[in-house]
Amino acid sequence: MNLKELIPQKLLENFPQAKFEFVEYRGDLSVKFDKEYVTRICRFFKEDPELDFRLCEDVTAVDWAKRKNRFTVVYHIFSLKHNFRLRLKADVDESECSIDTVSSVWKTADWHERETYDMFGINFNNHPDLRRMYMPEDFEYHPLRKDFPLMGIPGSLPLPKKD
Amino acid sequence: MGLEAKLKEEGFITTTIDALAAWSRESSVWPMPMGISCCAIEMMASGDPKYDIARFGSEVMRFTPRQCDLMIVAGTVTYKMAHVVKKIYDQMPDPKWVIAMGACTSSGGMYRSYNVVQGIDQFLPVDIYLAGCPPRPDNLLNALIQIQDKIGKTKARDFQDKKLPDLTVLQNN
Repeated sequence: MNLKELIPQKLLENFPQAKFEFVEYRGDLSVKFDKEYVTRICRFFKEDPELDFRLCEDVTAVDWAKRKNRFTVVYHIFSLKHNFRLRLKADVDESECSIDTVSSVWKTADWHERETYDMFGINFNNHPDLRRMYMPEDFEYHPLRKDFPLMGIPGSLPLPKKD
Repeated sequence: MGLEAKLKEEGFITTTIDALAAWSRESSVWPMPMGISCCAIEMMASGDPKYDIARFGSEVMRFTPRQCDLMIVAGTVTYKMAHVVKKIYDQMPDPKWVIAMGACTSSGGMYRSYNVVQGIDQFLPVDIYLAGCPPRPDNLLNALIQIQDKIGKTKARDFQDKKLPDLTVLQNN
């Protein structure tokens, strides 16, 4: 059976309470759902023998700046068995700014989530080691947010003194 | 070389300590290869037989700053890396010189961004800014020759009891 038909069918069967949004764009399928389900759905994708999405390629986020749910966390996962790539999305509002971690499902998501935390300030609940990835640990801002100026905030990153 | 011919004829040469010290100092500049990104590839190329930095006495790239006179900062310096560069620069013995190799190092280059230092002269005293993205090895050799000129003009006794910023002023005169 075609995976593009199988995935919606399986999801609706296994998560009857959840609301799903399926979008196909240029041949790629995206699935959007509420953020409460993220760990469970991801585990389902990985462990279901018919789907077998063993590889988590990327975890990142989008800042929509003025939308009601400001951030969308995006997961790209890949099934080696079917050579099939899938995009998962979950909206996160600025007031809470948190979502459950999927690093318990895919180990590699650990660093991707740290990077997303560093760049967007989204907290990943139950993450084993949520520290900044790129910026210095005492840095106060999140550079990929739309309200962060391109040239940074003067004085926020200290330079060594010139003798 | 002229020196051997002269020694054969006269048996001795006359010079000053200043000239001798400056000559030996400028002819054996030991670089600290601070290769941070792609400029470092061109810096390595300047050491290969085609360009041969050994012609100018600078083939000994020391990987410890404590044996170097010249720091070649080759690559994009981020704010995080700036502290490392400075720490290594501080470990080099005086007198010391700095080449800012390439556009990124000199001015931030194409990285007009929050995380890249817009020119390392914000925290290091730079002697030569080297244009290019990345500069060709010949260009690096040219910078080295200019540094040698600068070193050659400095008298040995200028270094007595002087701090580095004063020296920089002297050299630039």
